[in-house]
Amino acid sequence: MDKAPLLQVRDLSIGFGKGTPIISNISFNVAAGETVALVGESGSGKTVTCKAILRILSANAKIHSGTVIFNPGDGELELISMPERKLRELRGDQISMIFQEPMHSLSPLHRIGAQVSEVLCLHRGHRKKSAKKLVLEKFERVGFPDPERVYRSYPFELSGGMRQRAMIAMAMIAKPDLLIADEPTTALDVTTQAQILSLIKDLQAETGMAVILVTHDLGVVANTADRVVVMRNGRIMEAGSVAEILDHPKHGYTKKLIDAAPAIPHEAEPSRARQIDDPILQLENVSKSFDLRGGMFSKRGEVVRAVQGVDITVERGKTFAVVGESGSGKSTCAKIALGAASPDPGGVIRFWPAKSAPPLEVQSLDPTAKRAFQRQAQMVFQDPYGSLSPRMQVIDILTEPLEIHEIGTRSERRDRAVELLEQVDLDPAMLRRFPHAFSGGQRQRLSIARALALEPKLLVCDEPTSALDLSVQMQVLELLEDIRETLGLSYLFISHDLAVVSRIANEVAVMRRGQIVEQAAPDILFSAPKHPYTKALIAACLEPSVEQKIDLDAVAIGAGDPETWPEEFAFQASEVPPLTETEPGHLVRIQI
Amino acid sequence: MTDLPQGRYVDDAPYDPNADREALERPDLDAPNWLLIWRKFRRHRLGLISGIFLAFSYLMLPFWGFVAPYTPNERNADHLYGPPQMVRLFHDGKLIGPFIYPMTAEADLENFRWIYTSDYENPAKLEFFCTRGRYNFLGFIPTQRHLFCAPEGATVFLWGADRLGRDVFSRILYGAQLSLTVGLIGITVSFLLGISIGGIAGYFGGGVDWFVQRVIEVLRSIPELPLWLALSAAVPSHWSPVAVFFIISIILGLLDWPGLARAVRSKFLALREEEFVRAAEMMGAKPSRIIRKHLLPNFSSHLIASAMLSIPAMILGETALSFLGLGLRAPAVSWGVMLNDAQNLASIEIYPWTAIPMLPVIFVVLAFNFLGDAMRDSLDPYSHH
Repeated sequence: MDKAPLLQVRDLSIGFGKGTPIISNISFNVAAGETVALVGESGSGKTVTCKAILRILSANAKIHSGTVIFNPGDGELELISMPERKLRELRGDQISMIFQEPMHSLSPLHRIGAQVSEVLCLHRGHRKKSAKKLVLEKFERVGFPDPERVYRSYPFELSGGMRQRAMIAMAMIAKPDLLIADEPTTALDVTTQAQILSLIKDLQAETGMAVILVTHDLGVVANTADRVVVMRNGRIMEAGSVAEILDHPKHGYTKKLIDAAPAIPHEAEPSRARQIDDPILQLENVSKSFDLRGGMFSKRGEVVRAVQGVDITVERGKTFAVVGESGSGKSTCAKIALGAASPDPGGVIRFWPAKSAPPLEVQSLDPTAKRAFQRQAQMVFQDPYGSLSPRMQVIDILTEPLEIHEIGTRSERRDRAVELLEQVDLDPAMLRRFPHAFSGGQRQRLSIARALALEPKLLVCDEPTSALDLSVQMQVLELLEDIRETLGLSYLFISHDLAVVSRIANEVAVMRRGQIVEQAAPDILFSAPKHPYTKALIAACLEPSVEQKIDLDAVAIGAGDPETWPEEFAFQASEVPPLTETEPGHLVRIQI
Repeated sequence: MTDLPQGRYVDDAPYDPNADREALERPDLDAPNWLLIWRKFRRHRLGLISGIFLAFSYLMLPFWGFVAPYTPNERNADHLYGPPQMVRLFHDGKLIGPFIYPMTAEADLENFRWIYTSDYENPAKLEFFCTRGRYNFLGFIPTQRHLFCAPEGATVFLWGADRLGRDVFSRILYGAQLSLTVGLIGITVSFLLGISIGGIAGYFGGGVDWFVQRVIEVLRSIPELPLWLALSAAVPSHWSPVAVFFIISIILGLLDWPGLARAVRSKFLALREEEFVRAAEMMGAKPSRIIRKHLLPNFSSHLIASAMLSIPAMILGETALSFLGLGLRAPAVSWGVMLNDAQNLASIEIYPWTAIPMLPVIFVVLAFNFLGDAMRDSLDPYSHH
């Protein structure tokens, strides 16, 4: 090493109160201009480490030991022992930070322009006017088409991706030497994530700043970082260059993380027609619109069409996946499929309890028939923390469905609960415990066990793995696959994650703004996508390999409005092209 | 630790890739609810002390008659506005057990006030388990036995005597019986109304919700004190003190429910969106089951805490009404009734001990507030990290 690193963290240990430290002996360097990724799962201490660098830890966290030396080229500064007043001059000026949820890190009461120019006024002594000029330039640089408008906007007027751009503009405005980005893209859709990551990278190349990137996503690491620090339970497991770590991981944990990252198939078997002899669920011409209640100043009766003309057929014993970004209407589809929401008139949901039995029409069931239907179709929810009542013991959670449907005696229900726990690989000793202490993965298993209690034939899984850590996500997916085989279940699987879907699904539909734009078997869909939006999703999907680079053009084309898609796919709101079978088993929304 | 070339680093500690799966994420939370609540509550020192104090106050209510040396309306015409007397142990440097110096009153005809002189020569030893004024032990066993009392010819006014020569200390103890329970009855009324009305509004939503919300807003816009006054003025004056007591607590409850109903409604709305409630709905659970098994248990903690924070308002309400002479009336004894005597500024100046009943009001209200705060904090033990 010829030059002293920009930031040296040495033997940093942090704890809450008197307990065991949550961070122990963390050491790493950041050289000027390089990107260091802190990778780890929830609870690994990566965010705490970053906050400790800027000394913005919560009040009950104590730094037990360690030094943080910051050297912007004109002398060393020790941040841990530095007086608060001097540190304030550093924050936002030479070191700045971006947080995960831009909505929470921007003040809702101030205009964005004012918040960003505040940095300049504080650190550079700018007047409002001169600051505004610089801010507008920066806004243009981070990709706002109309900087003036953004300058006058409040945070809630912008989308998540736009807010994060504003945060980046704010963090970059004082030209810091070091940018700390704490999961900057986790709350964003994949296509937005790709754009934000490339923006950070471009800005870094322009200004020569160093970046500490905190993330749980090895795909993000592969695409942005120069060096990687893998953390687990407050300790560094492995550190090294990206290529070394990803291609030749030495530590078991790193290996496990890399193995757990699901990949998108690149090869496809020859396309084949899809023939369904034994359907279990069919959505036909399902639409759902919501009336937005007009506020005082808005027009009344605005209608949002969350789902428009969706046709889906789930084959018995198979998994049908619906993929899309937030707001695509996929969760609404799931609710409609289970009768928890009713479709607009004209939509039909058919459910076949057994092969060639007469179908039930779910949208028009009377309450008794609906209860009978609910025994056969259950849902697995996204949030493992919200979906279990904190006041119920595990046994009560598992026997509740049986109680509702008055199945079995007390002891029979109990036996069933034990059986369910074993089915999802949990210890039957958990029966009398409350779920408070369980990890996300354990809770999600419980949630699945509860859904299985009534011996349903169909499970609707609404993003069952997206709130879980990567390695746990893998285990839950394996579990879902296992019980599908052993219990002969069928899944309607909702997800935003292409990689997850490619692993579990037999048939995938890509949804965008309430419409299916493309549908095929996963290998065909992912290796030979036809629709620009599918292409964008795949291009934006980051894999943990150094060779893959984001194809930003593909992302930009597909993620735009339908009007901007290439000619054969483009459409105006009123005249939507039909979903056409371009090849056997491959449906695309395309003009013929 | 292994340092490899080019800044490569690998941790050497043993690693078991399957350990995570069995591990509990928050082992500190692996306990039944009550234990988690207790663990967290224990750390609120002030709340804990307040809780003990209040539990003691309420548990002792039936026994105060025994502890009090006098009965509440026992007059001592020779000791009008008698000052507080101290219980002492040493006389002339000798330990002779608890005693008091007897007092004699003398009228100061120049200033029209009583002047008391203590007789420091003849200590009067306190008697224990003595028989004096008749009262009902535990409310139904007639007895004359008291824990302690003054010997014949002397008085024991620990906190002085009031305008009619009644013992303030004894009256405060008796007053606690009414002043503390008025809050409980009031809160029960307020709870029944608040939970049912708030629950209905929260569960059914729509038009019902709108109507309830408007009623609450109207009720809350009426100035509280005049309304109390109007309602209590409507209580017939020939009613017995007990009837008046009940009607006053019900009035207090009737006026308190809107705040609670609002809290219940908003909590209901928030809980209904929780995934575990949606899961129960999808299993086919009926609304009554969802309310009983999912909604109520999850906000019962919230309700207890708001009850703790509402009782002080009731106690203060009773005190205020009685102070104005519109609440409980003599011969009933409550702290408010006692403070009624302290309305005269001049008498407070000369006989400050007549205002002593303020102290228990302050302590009890503070204790309820501390306890309520501590409970609100600790009843959701897993919500914070």
